[in-house]
Amino acid sequence: MTTFLSLFVALPIAALVWEASSEGTQSFWEAVSSPEAVAALKLTLGTSFAVSLLNAVLGTITAWVLVRDDFRGKSFVNAIIDLPFALPTIVAGLTLLALYGPTSPIGINVAYTKTAIVLALMFVTLPFVVRTVQPVLQELDPELEQAAHTLGASQTTTFRRVILPNLVPSLLSGVALAFAKAVGEFGSLVIITGNIPFQTEVSSVYIFGRIESGDSASAAAVSVVLLVISFVTLLSIGAIRHVATRHDRA
Amino acid sequence: MRKLGLRFVALGYLAVILVGPLSIVFWRTFEDGFAPAWDALTTPETLHAFKLTLIITAIAVPVNTVFGILAALAIVRKKFPGKSVLNAFIDLPLALSPVVVGLALFLLYGREGWFGGWLNEHGIQVLFALPAMVIATIFVSIPFVAREVVPTLQEVGDEQEQAARTLGATGWQTFWRITLPSIRWAVIYGVILTTARCLGEYGAVAVVSGRLQGQTETATLRVQERYESFDLAGAYAISIVLALLAILVLVAMTVIRPREETAH
Repeated sequence: MTTFLSLFVALPIAALVWEASSEGTQSFWEAVSSPEAVAALKLTLGTSFAVSLLNAVLGTITAWVLVRDDFRGKSFVNAIIDLPFALPTIVAGLTLLALYGPTSPIGINVAYTKTAIVLALMFVTLPFVVRTVQPVLQELDPELEQAAHTLGASQTTTFRRVILPNLVPSLLSGVALAFAKAVGEFGSLVIITGNIPFQTEVSSVYIFGRIESGDSASAAAVSVVLLVISFVTLLSIGAIRHVATRHDRA
Repeated sequence: MRKLGLRFVALGYLAVILVGPLSIVFWRTFEDGFAPAWDALTTPETLHAFKLTLIITAIAVPVNTVFGILAALAIVRKKFPGKSVLNAFIDLPLALSPVVVGLALFLLYGREGWFGGWLNEHGIQVLFALPAMVIATIFVSIPFVAREVVPTLQEVGDEQEQAARTLGATGWQTFWRITLPSIRWAVIYGVILTTARCLGEYGAVAVVSGRLQGQTETATLRVQERYESFDLAGAYAISIVLALLAILVLVAMTVIRPREETAH
């Protein structure tokens, strides 16, 4: 089993790191700090950060509505939350373009803009926060909220002092997962952003372009940066889980 | 009142991001009836693309199912050095860009890659052919079975397994009669997620396949090729089939999830 993992995961990654470092730190640094690569990375991190924040707010609200609210068709709404996971990303990009692109029936055209990137990333990361926060909310006794209410707390105070502290660990790991997914996203962005260098070209698309033009050293260098971001994000999720379960372990 | 406001925000958010765009694609595809969509789907290249996607999925899913169960057993039941590293590596495909995965495999199996020379000498074509596409798909869908099975294994504990062993069952018997039945819904759920991920893989396969029409083009690659050739109807038609598969996956998830949760 360890052989399987080394063969399928560790070895390719070793090849990647090797390629990025084979020509020395100097050329690695040049590849990573080229203006186009830096612009792409800034755009990637900026949009991913924005999308993570949007997810934190809208995902928590959606999870709350799914747990505490009751309306007809709720189970249908609950089921479609996972659709972005099941739907191929390239199809996600195409569907967004159908409604918000040049042939939009409602006259909104954001194709080839940063707004399109944010929309596509919101689509593909939609399930993460909802699905990490929802089970915690389900376990949370509604009587806690009612007690706070009876003691005179306003709804905002109840949320801030009673609900939110319980949600923080799951919310953070959901947001971190969404961030990691957003940083690496490729399929849904290929069609919808037009991939204009310095404007709508994110890192994964930049890497793809470098591979296509035969410059695998630069592609590998930028890939290593994304790899490090993925690893750090995963490790922080692990740390959040570790801290959050400290009472159970004690 | 507050409740209604939040419900409005949540449903509006889902409508803008999810339901709206999908409805438009369904509407656009069947605007002129079923015939054009059917014609777009039955071209030899498109049929080949779907066939290729199914072949890749049919290989990757069983491989990852077996691996996922073994990995979960090792993570929950065994203590060994480097366990946390194993844990991190299993999750890595979730967080890593598929393009980076594709590049890593490209560097390993390409002409100048680590294995490229040896493979070339022996006349084995991996890159720009089915093997690399299968490997890429396996890579991106590694975590799903293991991640579903681990929590279930943790909850069922190992008392029954120990009892079976005390009563003289072999390791193999214990696995088939005790362990597997208690984790079966988690395995099935994981298999569904893996299948969805395999059918939809795009980025990693885009890098390692070479995207040769009628040869190494999967269904998702075909969507993009049709779009770039200004054949929107074709791109929509393939997308609809993929979306229907996704909805099928969703239905399966909805049916299986409660069983998985009560099985805990």
